[in-house]
Amino acid sequence: MEELNSLFHGFSVILTPMNILLMFVGIILGVLIGVLPGLGGANGVAILLPLTFAMPPTSAIIMLSCIYWGALFGGAITSILFNIPGEPWSVATTFDGYPMAQNGQAGAALTAAFTSSFIGAFVAVVMITFMAPLVAKFALKFGPPEFFAVYLLTFCSFVGMGKGSPFKILASMTIGFALAAVGMDTVTGQLRLTFGFPDLMRGFDFLIAVIGLFGIGEILISMEEGLAFSGKNAKIDPKVVLATWKKLPKYWLTTVRSSLIGIWMGITPGGATPASFMSYGLAKKMSRDGHKFGTGQLEGVIAPETAAHAAGTSAMLPMLALGIPGSPTAAVLLGGLLIWGLQPGPLLFVEQKDFVWGLIASMYLGNLVGLIVVLTTVPLFASILRIPFSIIAPVIVVICAIGAYTVHNAMLDIWFMLLFGVVGYLFKKLDYPLAPLVLALVLGDKAEDSFRQAMLISQGDMSIMWSNALVGGISTLALILLFWPLISRLLGKVLPQKKKQFDVEQPVD
Amino acid sequence: MESNQTTDAKPRHGVSTHIVEAVVALGVLILGIVVIQGSWSLGSGWTSDGPGAGYFPFWIGVILCISAIGIFYQAVFGKSRNNEIFVDSEQLRRVLSVLLPAVVYVGVVQLIGLYVASALYIAAFMIVLGKYTWTKSVTVAMSVVVLFFFMFEVWFKVPLFKGQFNLLSFLGY
Repeated sequence: MEELNSLFHGFSVILTPMNILLMFVGIILGVLIGVLPGLGGANGVAILLPLTFAMPPTSAIIMLSCIYWGALFGGAITSILFNIPGEPWSVATTFDGYPMAQNGQAGAALTAAFTSSFIGAFVAVVMITFMAPLVAKFALKFGPPEFFAVYLLTFCSFVGMGKGSPFKILASMTIGFALAAVGMDTVTGQLRLTFGFPDLMRGFDFLIAVIGLFGIGEILISMEEGLAFSGKNAKIDPKVVLATWKKLPKYWLTTVRSSLIGIWMGITPGGATPASFMSYGLAKKMSRDGHKFGTGQLEGVIAPETAAHAAGTSAMLPMLALGIPGSPTAAVLLGGLLIWGLQPGPLLFVEQKDFVWGLIASMYLGNLVGLIVVLTTVPLFASILRIPFSIIAPVIVVICAIGAYTVHNAMLDIWFMLLFGVVGYLFKKLDYPLAPLVLALVLGDKAEDSFRQAMLISQGDMSIMWSNALVGGISTLALILLFWPLISRLLGKVLPQKKKQFDVEQPVD
Repeated sequence: MESNQTTDAKPRHGVSTHIVEAVVALGVLILGIVVIQGSWSLGSGWTSDGPGAGYFPFWIGVILCISAIGIFYQAVFGKSRNNEIFVDSEQLRRVLSVLLPAVVYVGVVQLIGLYVASALYIAAFMIVLGKYTWTKSVTVAMSVVVLFFFMFEVWFKVPLFKGQFNLLSFLGY
């Protein structure tokens, strides 16, 4: 019960008026970010990160993680009311959410989406409360080879579990690593790949990449589609909320299943988007009303929302316990930790108890606050989407430029942001996944350090990656995942072909 | 995107996707070669105190080249070659109508700083592309920029870029 004591200690840390205020500010900003096109969890947090440099780390992480929860909630609003997924993970919510809104059940759909998001997140936070300290304690025994094996597993699982061409996943990942290598070498102090430009000495900051790839890229994509928002009206009154809540317990099995899928996909870097699709697909297959999915079934809203929120929350576990984020947003939060002077990794649970348990406690409270905020303010946020795109677009570009500048107070970064924006647009259109690029850019230096340390220990002998059962197991699993596209093709030739169960367009995250 | 294709009765003109794929793959290949060359000259081998500075980036460059060749092959010779139009002229016009002003905006920021450039940019964007009246556009632009000014300079004390010619020096920030 040590965890419960720590958790209550965490609550005592965060329950100050200032932190509660920051929580509300974070949630409201987060929902706003989730609703607006071009701003999402990852780049929203990246843009606001510089504003928190002066805050105490605990308050800063509370505000930023609340922005993340808010963005997770906000994605559902646009998908249900406007049939436009504000975030990639809410694409699956449009399948049944928008038809419900067309049938005049927008209130019920929104209530179900928010409530199941909350439940998904809650289950995931309970899991984090009890699992994270164990994982961290276990990881304290890790040496450089083990850490490198875990990094390898993280990146190989992108290839093994991703959708689309494995070459594109590899390319996107290695571009991230290559950009991470630019600048001062952390071990020898040599300048690498700067080609004589002194400005490149700083290297490429992943925050700039995130703001450009996700922010500017998204604006260009939305512009190409010539967005004209025409949405349903949202009215949520307490009666609808209560009526929907009465129906929810009927779908407990879907909720439990979706939470588990979400937790699994969140801890492994599968991410929220595949989790929501997988959970929708399974719910469709296993539900008695499966054939009615797509026409406005409550269950079709519950399944993807629960999974997406559970995955988004679980992505915090590897970040806290190992220092390896499970999603781009978690990666940005990890970058925040470094800036506030905290060393992410297993030692965090020993050295920074206030911070870690404050964060975990704020996950409980933040999601509760989020549920209350979104249930009461939906009409307000829906009206924001009615602001014409020709006002929103330049304002978002300005916000992105300010965000890019404040990271290092460097004008050149704004140019890089534009460049990353064009790359993001091209990559998104050509189905290159962006998450591996961002994670590689964040983790590149650390993965390289652990690799070099491992190689130093073994004097360049690769067999250190199989020197004991633990590191050998992780490395083997990583290699299997890396070659999974090949293996599954071979298996497909040997075994009889199965019919494709779930064939819906799934965006590459 | 689907709705876009159905509403367009006219055949769409433009470059087909697999050509863009191939060009991007070539770009990735060039990047990979640059990385390999750069890390080769750093010393990508084994030094007396462990792997050299260029060791890791060298292999990253190699993987980059391999995946670029793979993408190129899949795009040009693959079975599922994508012959759809990448962007038609209408879409390209829309994208450029955001991208080009953004480039001009960043150039102007370099000269006269974030605040003045942002105000000009938002107002111009609204007047030219949004067809709003002068008064409305200027009001929106000014209120957004004043809000940002107070947020960054006054409340959070994060100074933003003032440009080579600081037009706001009279404010004392």
